[in-house]
Amino acid sequence: MNILTCLKRVPETGAKIVLTDDNQEIDTTNLGFTMSPHEECAIEEAVQIVEGQGGTATVLTLGSEEATEQVRTGIAMQADEGVLLETDGSEWGPRNIAGAIADFVRQRMERGDGFDLLLFGNESADTGNYQVGVRVANELDLPCITSIKDLEVTDDGVVARREIPRGSEVYELDLPAVVAVKEGLNEPRYASMRARMQARRQEVKRVTPERRHERGLEKLSLQSPEDDDGETDILGDSPDAVPAIMDVLETDLEVL
Amino acid sequence: MILSFVEHEDGKPEDSSVEMLTLARDVAGQHDVPLEAVVFSAGEGVAEAVGAFGVETVHVVDHDGIRDYAPEAWAESVNQLVSELEPEAVLAPGSERGHEVLAHVASKRGLPMAANCLDVTAGEAYELTRQRWGGTLLENARLTGETKLLTVAPNEISTEQIADPNGATTREFQPTLADEDLRVGLVEIEESDEEGIPLGEARIVVSGGRGVGSAEEFDKLEELADLLDAAIGSSRAAVNEGWRSHDDQVGQTGAKISPTLYIPCGISGAVQHMVGCKGAENILAINTDPEAAIVDHADYAVIADLHEVVPALNEAIREQKDGA
Ligand SMILES: Cc1cc2nc3c(=O)[nH]c(=O)nc-3n(C[C@H](O)[C@H](O)[C@H](O)COP(=O)(O)OP(=O)(O)OC[C@H]3O[C@@H](n4cnc5c(N)ncnc54)[C@H](O)[C@@H]3O)c2cc1C
Ligand SMILES: Nc1ncnc2c1ncn2[C@@H]1O[C@H](COP(=O)(O)O)[C@@H](O)[C@H]1O
Repeated sequence: MNILTCLKRVPETGAKIVLTDDNQEIDTTNLGFTMSPHEECAIEEAVQIVEGQGGTATVLTLGSEEATEQVRTGIAMQADEGVLLETDGSEWGPRNIAGAIADFVRQRMERGDGFDLLLFGNESADTGNYQVGVRVANELDLPCITSIKDLEVTDDGVVARREIPRGSEVYELDLPAVVAVKEGLNEPRYASMRARMQARRQEVKRVTPERRHERGLEKLSLQSPEDDDGETDILGDSPDAVPAIMDVLETDLEVL
Repeated sequence: MILSFVEHEDGKPEDSSVEMLTLARDVAGQHDVPLEAVVFSAGEGVAEAVGAFGVETVHVVDHDGIRDYAPEAWAESVNQLVSELEPEAVLAPGSERGHEVLAHVASKRGLPMAANCLDVTAGEAYELTRQRWGGTLLENARLTGETKLLTVAPNEISTEQIADPNGATTREFQPTLADEDLRVGLVEIEESDEEGIPLGEARIVVSGGRGVGSAEEFDKLEELADLLDAAIGSSRAAVNEGWRSHDDQVGQTGAKISPTLYIPCGISGAVQHMVGCKGAENILAINTDPEAAIVDHADYAVIADLHEVVPALNEAIREQKDGA
């Protein structure tokens, strides 16, 4: 089974997000980069399926040259092949990203080197557009399901489960198919130092994608949501604070 | 007109749909056009329920193949309804189905879609505010396109009924669906045999992060949770360490919770964690670091080792219960 997993390089923010002075970007001066936890799970799933029944796991991103770092993370997690749809790093909208990914998949299909399964994160960590996977599926006319927390390959295709309160919904899809997954799907492996070193030496294929559309959703500026944080009542700095905690639980909050 | 995609269970609209309707009514008002809704399967009372939020006409999609959820078929139905009604905009809740159906509609029509919107200034183009980064950052954006397609961020909009609702008129809509539209659909629902209080419904959540130190050390937190009838939560770090299952994770890629009281122990308060618990009415943080972001966000904090504080607290609650 040949599986393509799509991922996106994003800054790894922590306790506070700092914006650039023009409020157009996150100030990444002091930040590392990562990908969405959903996408890590997608890679892990692809690698596990291939380990179980053969085939290849390909990881792909559309982004600047620097995004090869995240592609290599995928390779270090034991993906076989890495692809960069190389751009100048400016933000592409979901229609253009999906178009470029669909173009790539189509070319591979024409070469007789297509994919049986296309995995996506349910939403990208940064822009959270909830649509690239669906758009790729529509462009390629493939069946598609999103928000998946459990995936099983069967003789006929895949069984995919979506979590609902107190249970899960079950979907069945013929292959080839598009599945967008969520964190919790599996426990992604931690790539060893050795695997990371090896991944650094592996070639990442570069393709120049075509941008088809004008942006239909245009970013004007970014802002941080308002903090409605009031004062913090410090109850103490040792277990001696317990009576004060009990007082809060009993009197202020009435939860005891 | 403005078309809204309403999810309901047996006629009762989901909270996220009601929130969406509140914004949809605002958009309809700005255009001075009626608000209409599309629902799948006519539940008893759904017209009255959405009528209370300003919906004038409910289009009930009727087709044998889609009594149950089928993303592509539902989207194709909405797509055909859009062709017929030519609405200014289509709004859906920012739920799993809402995002999925609207993304398909957007893709079929070659239109852009804005996910998780908070407010909209309608016009030839829409100026809107939407969530990025799971709500840790907001984007002001301009949305163009013949029909504006947007989902509405859940848990952000306070809902408001209209003053004198008349109930909505119901109309049946029969889509023309091809086999291909019906290829993906809900096959069955599996009930889980999980016991205990689900995280999303718990009144109190005791949560642990990297500071807990090991899976075994979570026993102390479990005990506290038992004593308080609380559910257990965790940070992503604790899940990645293998100490907790992902079901317990609170945050951007975990559960969004809104308990009366949230008790994060050994959690630093990264933005991706905070978006999961910002709905909590009260936060009581236990952390050794007074500079930790969680302390800032908390209403009450104890700056101490959780391994000492939590057992002492458990003891005190047990004594109080025995005494009572
Ligand atoms: C796209 C994306 C999505 C993410 N989604 C999520 C998400 O859904 N949920 C989530 O939680 N994170 C998420 N994260 C990760 C997040 O950025 C943080 O890495 C994570 O929340 C940190 O977990 P932590 O607070 O347990 O660990 P740390 O940041 O390491 O904090 C540990 C804390 O424990 C305190 N401590 C240590 N020892 C003790 C002690 N003995 N007693 C008391 N306190 C002690 C320390 O002072 C520190 O504050 C996401 C990240 C990304 C990039
Ligand atoms: N630039 C990109 N390169 C590769 N895959 C992407 C890119 N952007 C988004 N995706 C994929 O599409 C999913 C959904 O993204 P979005 O529609 O932006 O929320 C992500 O989780 C990725 O799997």
